[in-house]
Amino acid sequence: MTMLAIWNIDWQVLADATALGAVYALMAVGIGLVFGVLRLVNFAYGQLVMAGAFALALASQWGWPQWAGIVLCFAVVLVLSMLMDRLVFRPLRGHSPAVMLVATFAVAFLLQSIALLWFGPLGKIATSLAYLNRPVTISHVDIRKITIVAVLVAVLCLVALALLLERTTVGLHMRASSMDFQTARMLGVRANRVIGMAVLVSGALAAVVAIMLTVQTPLVTPDFALRDTIIVLAGVVLGGMNRPIPATLGGFAIGFASGLLGGALPTNQSQYLPTFLFAAVILVLLVRPGGVFARGNAVERV
Amino acid sequence: MRRLVGLQELVGPAVLVVATALVGTLVSISTQGYFTDALVKVAIVVALYVFVGNSGVLSFGHISFVAVGAWTAGVLTVPGDVKPAIMPNLAHVLRDRTTGNLTSLALAAVVGGICALVVALPLMRLSGLAAGIATFGVLEITHNLLRYEERIGPGLNAFSSVPETTGLRQAALGALVVVGVAFAYGRSRFGRLLRATREDPAAARAVGVSIYRQRLIAFGISGLLAGLAGGLYVHLLPVNTESVYLDLTFITLAMLVVGGATSLWGAVVGALAVSALDSYLAVAENGSSFFGAHIDLPAGTRVVIVGALMAVVLILRPNGLTGGRELRLWKR
Repeated sequence: MTMLAIWNIDWQVLADATALGAVYALMAVGIGLVFGVLRLVNFAYGQLVMAGAFALALASQWGWPQWAGIVLCFAVVLVLSMLMDRLVFRPLRGHSPAVMLVATFAVAFLLQSIALLWFGPLGKIATSLAYLNRPVTISHVDIRKITIVAVLVAVLCLVALALLLERTTVGLHMRASSMDFQTARMLGVRANRVIGMAVLVSGALAAVVAIMLTVQTPLVTPDFALRDTIIVLAGVVLGGMNRPIPATLGGFAIGFASGLLGGALPTNQSQYLPTFLFAAVILVLLVRPGGVFARGNAVERV
Repeated sequence: MRRLVGLQELVGPAVLVVATALVGTLVSISTQGYFTDALVKVAIVVALYVFVGNSGVLSFGHISFVAVGAWTAGVLTVPGDVKPAIMPNLAHVLRDRTTGNLTSLALAAVVGGICALVVALPLMRLSGLAAGIATFGVLEITHNLLRYEERIGPGLNAFSSVPETTGLRQAALGALVVVGVAFAYGRSRFGRLLRATREDPAAARAVGVSIYRQRLIAFGISGLLAGLAGGLYVHLLPVNTESVYLDLTFITLAMLVVGGATSLWGAVVGALAVSALDSYLAVAENGSSFFGAHIDLPAGTRVVIVGALMAVVLILRPNGLTGGRELRLWKR
């Protein structure tokens, strides 16, 4: 710790960075799952999180109990992701990656402007889970409860997901489809079912992320989670897009790195955090264009 | 005759730009602003097309060069006596120099081009998603630096006091220059080679085309044009870091894809069509009558409708309104 202390990193910063990494890892899996089966980079993923966060904020404004808010959050995000799949992803299936990416851009823009129209630029405050921000003291170090909760929830979600992918038939189908969709279909995998499943799981993860993020940033604005999505996308590409474990590791790594940099940089330099972060991203991409954890080189045209 | 057949691909885009400018002279001063803005958007989208359209590689970084161009032209043309008030921390070199309108535009193009080349030297080794994310990184870094570097610009503030020389005429001329350069590049050996790498990278490589070098050239030219467009933009309205960031990146990319990313005609049509829709809705939002129809939309519906329509066009016509083809009046 003494060496780290020079960069003013303490346990608190480490814990926060780990929690951020855990949340980003979940977002990364959510984006990676859909990419696996659809070869589609869902830029609108952040807006799913934003919608979930608004659901939580509304529920706390209406004085709903906590569990009801969480249920509403899941309901809103899941319905929205199914709609997105049905109305946008399905008609665009098989088109060039560039068109699909720009289409999800348009959806992101659309959802954000709907939120702006509906809730105004100032946003709403989600308060029902705010008590998780209180610190607990573990051997003289104050750590906010949410950091522990976030890490635990992320680990639970990832274990559940790993079980789903490795131990169930639909998981097997999903893995097969992300390796080779055409062959998987010929062998009897139902395209709509496997894609629907991937979209649903990815939506559920977005709802979890929405809950975690609203605890850390209770003020929900229309551009909620937009920056996070951009950073996570960079992390996912860094890790390696089409396999879940590299994508997760990439998401975790970039969250951890940005948390650490945020804590380590002196105040007069912390405004340049994005510059440092993205310069590092570009450097890593130049060395390992297919992702840090990629095997061989998979050429993808966008 | 063959030359004429080739030139016709320039006619469509050029006529459209001139026609927009001419219609712009007929309307009231307040409506004219929309036409000027649309012409500047044409310049930006065509600059984007030079790289994205010809190479088939998406770039999220081009608005950085628009921003750099805007900063160059803006810093150089703010009158010397108000400079210290607007930009107190400006570097001495920049504080003591003020240039005219045309010089500032030329320098904006040069600086945009140089920045693009510097960025492209390492980045053009990448392709696919890695290239997309890396160019996004460039946008983030540029935005971040311009926002907090007060030695080279106004930082968080907007560029006020820049002479507003981009009227209808300057916007139209600028757009024509950009369209002309894009056309000339597309007809040149380099443009053709780059399109060959887009259609079939393996075959292009097999006949000895260096994908890296062709993309590098296109990126440089594209950055140059984007810089010029940025110069036009800063002379149109008080630009700040937020106006040359995600929203502009999104809207210009969408214009390009909606029009049809693989043709110059598509780039111009897309820019003008989306601008027209956007301006029409903006007017409608203000509750005024427009061409006899009186519509009154609540504020904010404009972006919702534009976003929805763009998604619909992409779903129904993924190759864009023009199908990505050039306008051909007659066949050879």
